[in-house]
Amino acid sequence: MTDQIDEGLRSELQRQGIWVTSMQELYNWGRKNSIWPLQFGLACCAIEMIATAASRYDIARFGGEVFRPSPRQADLMIVAGTVTKKMAPQIVRLYNQMPDPKYVISMGACAISGGPFKQGYNVLKGIDRYIPVDVYIPGCPPRPEALLHAFMELQRKIDSQKLTGANKAEHLDPNQVSEFPIPAFGAHDLEPPANPDVFRPMKIERTQ
Amino acid sequence: MMAAMTPNPYFFIVIFVGVALVFPLVPLALAWLWRNFFQPPKPGADKNAIYECGVESLGEAQVQFRSQYYLYCIIFLIFDVEAVFLVPFAVAFTGLPVGAFLSILVFLLLLIEGLVWAWSKGCLSWAVKG
Repeated sequence: MTDQIDEGLRSELQRQGIWVTSMQELYNWGRKNSIWPLQFGLACCAIEMIATAASRYDIARFGGEVFRPSPRQADLMIVAGTVTKKMAPQIVRLYNQMPDPKYVISMGACAISGGPFKQGYNVLKGIDRYIPVDVYIPGCPPRPEALLHAFMELQRKIDSQKLTGANKAEHLDPNQVSEFPIPAFGAHDLEPPANPDVFRPMKIERTQ
Repeated sequence: MMAAMTPNPYFFIVIFVGVALVFPLVPLALAWLWRNFFQPPKPGADKNAIYECGVESLGEAQVQFRSQYYLYCIIFLIFDVEAVFLVPFAVAFTGLPVGAFLSILVFLLLLIEGLVWAWSKGCLSWAVKG
């Protein structure tokens, strides 16, 4: 690939006052510095998310302060808190209603796996059973710095996404699905309990 | 010579108008180009559905309210505003002279009179009619 300019040449040009960029860099630079999260909190992690948006931690430094109250205008879904089985269909529907490209941060132990409430009869054991997650933040709840770290990781991911070629970003692929089936209440549990297209749990293999 | 170099003062307004048009139109045009040449459209049943905080929308959007609710609203508004005057009275209650106390009693009497009037007019009873 010759779409990348040599780094040494670029810094040399910059020293001479010539700034070289590509369409991809410019586009990703704009995208990663204007991530609009969905204004959406579920439990105590949401309080940390609010603290992240407030003046002390100030997510506006990273361009993410525009919390949108509608999924139509949001790029990022921060699943902040315990996902109950009653709430899970709404979360998947909101995710479906977000326009591409869309990203998900799974914030806190509950959103990752159910956390301390994992054994609860009405707690979803991780939002990644239904929607694809980009960044996981451990913690109960994670501190605002951890959310900022996840935000920076997401920015790094967006920055590395290709716009052309074989390895181009998933959302530019016309065959990539943008909506996922919404679970419904069954007799005992949500139906289906997980979306096999999305949920690929790690398998423990014992070798003895 | 000087007259030729000084532009028409209204020329700056033309520049302003030009910038005001170009500034929003360029991003919109870029977004349009992007949508048409790079980003594949991905419509779907959920994405095109009505947004109701993630819940499936139920029923019609054109809901009718009974016009009688209007009376309750008006009465509530009147007494709500008058309650604002009662708060300073309650705060300064112990230090009030007799004249001020009597005048607030008159005010309260007027309030109660209004309430009795509204009650006797039947404004407080919810008339259920077909």
